[in-house]
Amino acid sequence: MSFDSEILLVAGRSLYVSGLATVLASAVGVPAGTVLGLRDFHGRRFLRSFLHALYGVPPVLLGLCLYLLLSKTGPLGGFGWLFTIEGMILAQFLLVLPFVTGLTMNAIQELDAALKDTARTLGARRGSYVRILVREARSGVLSAVMVGFGRAISEVGAVIMVGGNIRHETEVLTTAIVKETSRGNFTAATGLGLFLLGTSALVFLALTVLQERTE
Amino acid sequence: MKAELAAEWITKRYGDRTVLTGVSLTIARGEIHAVLGPSGSGKTTLLRIMNLLEAPDEGTVRLDGEEIQVARAAEPLDGMRYAARLRMAMVFQKPVAFRRTVVENAALGLEIRGRPRAEIVERVSAVLQELGLARLANAPARRLSAGEQQRLAFARAAVLGVDFLLLDEFTANLDPRNVDVLERAARAYAREHGGGVLLVTHDLFQARRVADRVSLLSEGRLVESAPKTEFFESPKDPRTRGFLAGELAL
Repeated sequence: MSFDSEILLVAGRSLYVSGLATVLASAVGVPAGTVLGLRDFHGRRFLRSFLHALYGVPPVLLGLCLYLLLSKTGPLGGFGWLFTIEGMILAQFLLVLPFVTGLTMNAIQELDAALKDTARTLGARRGSYVRILVREARSGVLSAVMVGFGRAISEVGAVIMVGGNIRHETEVLTTAIVKETSRGNFTAATGLGLFLLGTSALVFLALTVLQERTE
Repeated sequence: MKAELAAEWITKRYGDRTVLTGVSLTIARGEIHAVLGPSGSGKTTLLRIMNLLEAPDEGTVRLDGEEIQVARAAEPLDGMRYAARLRMAMVFQKPVAFRRTVVENAALGLEIRGRPRAEIVERVSAVLQELGLARLANAPARRLSAGEQQRLAFARAAVLGVDFLLLDEFTANLDPRNVDVLERAARAYAREHGGGVLLVTHDLFQARRVADRVSLLSEGRLVESAPKTEFFESPKDPRTRGFLAGELAL
């Protein structure tokens, strides 16, 4: 791979896949984590432990499962998502979701009980209560999103299994590094690695600035 | 009917431990009712039950004669009980500040109630002035001192203009100047606004300074309840006399 417009396309694809997967996982995980953090229900401890266990799911195992599900003979083969961007987004969505949900749940649970009581005594309930508490926990919620994005942008196992690392189609920065390394092009692989590092650093810098502004 | 908030025969247990046993007391509008008692006597639990934050195991809470809390009532509050909560506000012992500016904190309850913007601005600026917080209006509330945060907590409750203010050791651990500001504000709330104030405290001197009526709670039971002068000058129950003597000797 030459360091020209192609690397920018690959980097753009990385940001698109990981960014969209994180946005979708946040759209589901933040409300789910908020509800789980607020409600005291039977089995919450089990659910919390289960979510934490999912943090450790190896991406390559998730990729393998999705490969089997999305392959032509698999139950989800009809979608035609194997070796597509959509399949990669699905893989990263599933990878990120437990992190965003679990960390949001922790951020809400860890809010001071007196703060929650004060919101209730001021008349907050249902929607207004949730909005107030999410706003209070916004720093923790944003951290959950950042951890999710970090998990997505840096993983290689799931996207290489589901995406196939097809040049001009499903190749992203991490899979390109694997490809160049396997070919013995260490200079190119190192350059891609530095580009990946710089790209994710810029995204994290922006998110950190946003986090500090919300303090 | 005279507006009043009443706890009737409240019993509350946590597991095997009985925190309150058959406690009844009433707060009328325009009066400050101090509930005295040593730590662990159930004062805070009683306040939380009256504010509908917790349900009793036995007994009821009535507002203007209407039953608003019954034994083992479930959350969330239904329409009638929610409307009752909107007529009360509570200030906790620990200062609570939301991650907002001082003015946003003070306006929070009015915003939840959907009051018009102009009214919120007017009422909030008046209450911040009264509590000596006007110059800090745009400061982040979490950066205030503990005393300022507690004054803000009082302002956030008082600005609502509710019928009943429930104050849980609201001046504990504060310096005399902040205590003075808050006590004056509580008195003004009862005298000028005509609100009923239930003040939970272990400070006998504070009860003497601000209360119209005083009750003593001990080991989860109401020992005695009387107008202030009668309570301090001629207590009927020997436990009250013992409590007053013990505390005054400190």
